[in-house]
Amino acid sequence: MEIRVIHAGMQTTVQDLGRRGHLAEGVPIGGAVDPVALRLANLLVGNAEDQPALEITLTAPELEFAQDAWIAVCGARFEGVPAWRPFRVCGGDTLKFGPRLQGCRAYLSICGGFAVEAVMGGRGTFLPGGFGGFEGRALRDGDVIRSVPSERILSGHWSIDERILPQYSREPTVRVIPGSQAAEFGDALYTEKFLVTARSNRMGIRLEGPPISRTTGEELVSSAVAPGAVQVPPDGNPIVLMADAQTLGGYPRIAHVASADIPLLAQVAPGDAVRFTRTTVAQAHALARAEEHRLALLRQGLAEKIKKA
Amino acid sequence: MTLKLEPLGDMAVVATLGSAIDRATLAAVLHFAEAVAAAGARGITDIVPAYASVTVFYDSSLFQDAPGGAYEAVCRLMEGCAKGPEAAPGAFGARELEVPVCYGGEHGPDMELVAEHCRMGADDVASLHSGADYLVHAIGFTPGFPYLGGLPEPLRTPRRDTPRARVPAGSVAIGGSQTGVYPIASPGGWQIVGRTPLALFRPREVPASLLRPGDRVRFRPITAKEFESWK
Repeated sequence: MEIRVIHAGMQTTVQDLGRRGHLAEGVPIGGAVDPVALRLANLLVGNAEDQPALEITLTAPELEFAQDAWIAVCGARFEGVPAWRPFRVCGGDTLKFGPRLQGCRAYLSICGGFAVEAVMGGRGTFLPGGFGGFEGRALRDGDVIRSVPSERILSGHWSIDERILPQYSREPTVRVIPGSQAAEFGDALYTEKFLVTARSNRMGIRLEGPPISRTTGEELVSSAVAPGAVQVPPDGNPIVLMADAQTLGGYPRIAHVASADIPLLAQVAPGDAVRFTRTTVAQAHALARAEEHRLALLRQGLAEKIKKA
Repeated sequence: MTLKLEPLGDMAVVATLGSAIDRATLAAVLHFAEAVAAAGARGITDIVPAYASVTVFYDSSLFQDAPGGAYEAVCRLMEGCAKGPEAAPGAFGARELEVPVCYGGEHGPDMELVAEHCRMGADDVASLHSGADYLVHAIGFTPGFPYLGGLPEPLRTPRRDTPRARVPAGSVAIGGSQTGVYPIASPGGWQIVGRTPLALFRPREVPASLLRPGDRVRFRPITAKEFESWK
């Protein structure tokens, strides 16, 4: 089925759950910045959780559907578009989003999934490398993207328990594990509030606050970094690396965000603020387990609502 | 081998094997990375060697029932891998690759600046740069980007004060005591002395990165005409 992009929005890309096994070649994990919203969007239309969906950033696209389809939009909320439940669009309809109400990134899934080929084991777009997703780039006005036909039968008029949803906020407190150089910094990361700047993107969220000072000027030998790493460059403004994080880095790491709290950061927009609080590796793993448990319950519940034709 | 282990968040364990950027450290790094790969443990998703460290990424859900938790389990696995025989010095570098480079002119916009800084002619920069043996210490920054050790001392040039927003793919550059090649167009702060027509990163090939840590690299000067006819 064809979906015509009337307006592309600020940055709309095809994303999935990322690439694994290529970090040693310098290829980032990539995929959805908010993997939980993408997984939920897929579950709601009966797709496998790792199917590619559209990642919409701040301003939404306008899309014309050639045929009837079930879609779902999760993550950031927009006026006039149902959130966190599947809804039907009719052939010939144009889906228009109203103003953004909350969050930064929304994920639009379609029953059957978007038809894009895998590159290096992933179907997400890696913009700096120009590969993956739809022609290795963000969607443009006039593009036509295809979905895989599906005979699945869905029913509407229900929504998922709010308690299952990530607790997004314009001022989230994010749990972090102390990083390799944590001892070279004071407590500023945990006592101050940091503003999200407009220079944030899929590679990292650039924060601004009272500059964080380091007790040493020692240069570090570059080693692996990953999404969630909180680096402090010499100017003292922390950067939280996100999905398209470079694979090696040489800035001091003050902390690392627990994987379960990555969705909270994925949804902060320029002007929002972030606070940090300490956790441990074991607690972070427990949080991830609890999240998987919630998703498993949802999967069970949805099995009743989505039938194979 | 002494390992210093610490967490990289809840997703990886970093093993630091030294603090120097030298051949012996690289040999130990590659030896250890191979030992972890050879262990073939389920739940290990990525093994990332760098100058003096090996970072092992794991899927915590696959170590859920391990005593002490996933982090402890991966640490134990890594400690086990470090118990084998030490790396023989110089027991790597089996592969040698030649990278053709068109030095200076439109392909090396910082050549004049580097030559001036090093108090020599542009030709001398090119012949010194292409006369040396380099060693790939790490791959990263961007896909396929090799951090090369072995830059002749007279060629050391500080990075640019303001990084370029876009360095073209194939650019060969000097940053401090290091040299490298930008496989894809990206922002960059190193001084560009030339450009290679060779693709160092090919997402549709296996492996996608032409180079890997431990490879030896030599640069071969080519003319602008050869550069053009390469494609």
